[in-house]
Amino acid sequence: MTTQVRTEPITVNLGPQHPSTHGVFRMRVTFDGEEIIDVEPIFGYLHRGSEKLAEERTYVQVVTLTDRMDYVGSMLNNQAYMLAVEKLAGVEPAPRGVWLRMIASELQRIASHLVAVGFLIQDLGAWGTPLIYTMREREKILDLFEMLCGARITNSYLRPGGVFMDAPEEFWPAMNEVLDELPPRIDDLDDLLTDNDIIFSRTKGVSVLTPEQMLDASITGPMLRAAGVDWDLRHRDPYDYYDQVTFERPLHTAGDNFARYWVRVQEMRESIKIIRQCEKLIEPGSVRPEHDDVPWLLRPPVGDAYAAIEHSKGELGFYLVSDGSISPYRCHVRAPSLINLTLLRDMLVGELLADMFVSFGSVDINMGEVDR
Amino acid sequence: MIGLGLLKAMRVTLRNALKAPFTIQYPDRKVGIVGAAKEEGKSPIGLVATQPVTAAKAAMSMYSVPVNIPQNRRFRGNEFTWYEDRCTGCASCAKYCPLGIIEIVTSPGGFDVQEGESYAIDVFDIDIGRCMFCGLCVEACPYDALHMGSNFERSKYERDALVIPVDELRQALKQPSSWFRPQFEERDYDPFRDGAEDDHYKVGRHEKPSDETLDERWVEER
Repeated sequence: MTTQVRTEPITVNLGPQHPSTHGVFRMRVTFDGEEIIDVEPIFGYLHRGSEKLAEERTYVQVVTLTDRMDYVGSMLNNQAYMLAVEKLAGVEPAPRGVWLRMIASELQRIASHLVAVGFLIQDLGAWGTPLIYTMREREKILDLFEMLCGARITNSYLRPGGVFMDAPEEFWPAMNEVLDELPPRIDDLDDLLTDNDIIFSRTKGVSVLTPEQMLDASITGPMLRAAGVDWDLRHRDPYDYYDQVTFERPLHTAGDNFARYWVRVQEMRESIKIIRQCEKLIEPGSVRPEHDDVPWLLRPPVGDAYAAIEHSKGELGFYLVSDGSISPYRCHVRAPSLINLTLLRDMLVGELLADMFVSFGSVDINMGEVDR
Repeated sequence: MIGLGLLKAMRVTLRNALKAPFTIQYPDRKVGIVGAAKEEGKSPIGLVATQPVTAAKAAMSMYSVPVNIPQNRRFRGNEFTWYEDRCTGCASCAKYCPLGIIEIVTSPGGFDVQEGESYAIDVFDIDIGRCMFCGLCVEACPYDALHMGSNFERSKYERDALVIPVDELRQALKQPSSWFRPQFEERDYDPFRDGAEDDHYKVGRHEKPSDETLDERWVEER
């Protein structure tokens, strides 16, 4: 015989200073027992005004601001911003610089996905082991970035028309070593997590989103591909030299937490393939245009430009308006983290308290980018 | 089958548990008697005989040796390297700094035999407390006078102590990073291996002009 326990809705403030919220994020959640009946996300606690700051800096100086938007995907942010500047100013990029920034951004994609996977498992309650395994691999990629540009997180590696400096000699053997080590490590992750019964029971069928819901909310990235929509800007609208490399887009049909995790793990393997191809196709030459073509104080003609890339979290776009001066008149960022968060209520309502942060982590947001 | 996946997962953790740790102990690590003897330059028995206090400390794992972190030569470090002989006081670095933290004050100075009239640099302050180490000032320097440093241990108790004044820049150990300095990489200079570079002629993009060239430039052309 079961006894019916009468419960009353209770509203709890989670955050902004909460260890599980991946940054300063606040949720006002109403529970009925253990079930979530309402969620109100409140953000803006990490707002630094990056878009406004960009209006009073020169085009090269804004690179340093883009590093700090999504600080686990700095190279990708740099790439999106540089594509917008090149479009705005009509700069013809140097081929070797483009190949180098493709390699850098794919390495960054692997690092970003490793963080996403590690913290997703941490949210499930497996504190320590899987997170440290993924962080260990990420550390090697950050060492490669230190070799390339002297910084691990805030890279500022890219410049209009290419990169600031060619890769040093010791970079190529070091990169090959990392790429040789990575596939067995990803297999380890597969063994550890993908076939794990506990992960199955905790993530399968939780927070399911349908493709229609996501397309209505303009959600992009691994979240959308986890529901079976084949939308990858590298394939649909190739920027840089992505039309010269071949890669697959891993798709899953479930659209639940497990599918989002699975897509990220598979994408890491595809990124390794892309880097291998870039390494074969790269040719010696200049890494950035001559100073006469792209001066220090870039003065693009009056107009506007929008350029978007496939960030590890979704479509990252930069919209720049120029009034002919040395700094952008307006800079707007289409941040994938912010837009992917818009369906948080649909994901969480009806789920249990224990799955709340797992679903939240499976979106793979970065508060630096949400609030900018 | 339920349970098989768990066994596979446990195999991975077991394999990793048997490996040597990946972490590096920083800033120092504890060593035993053998390590302490190596550090003191003695045999373990000699250490126990001559320095029993040290040996006892090491046996109780209270003896530590400093650890050097392997760094890459492009590392954008915390302490700027500045060559006054190369600096003209043009303040390009101050203009290019996205945060405006470099303060430069110059005054008309003496007369340089080779270069003509020169400016004396009175103030060259870098506010490290607000610096984000993007390195744009180094990229902007047209005379290769300012370089990123290689060290990163510069924590202080007061905010004011984080400002690097010009005197400190003059006297600091000059270990320039090769960030945006291809000439360093061409001659295979590594600040962590080769140490300081005090010769201001060597850090530039051009070689030191020979006496004949100087004669030609300053005697025959005038």
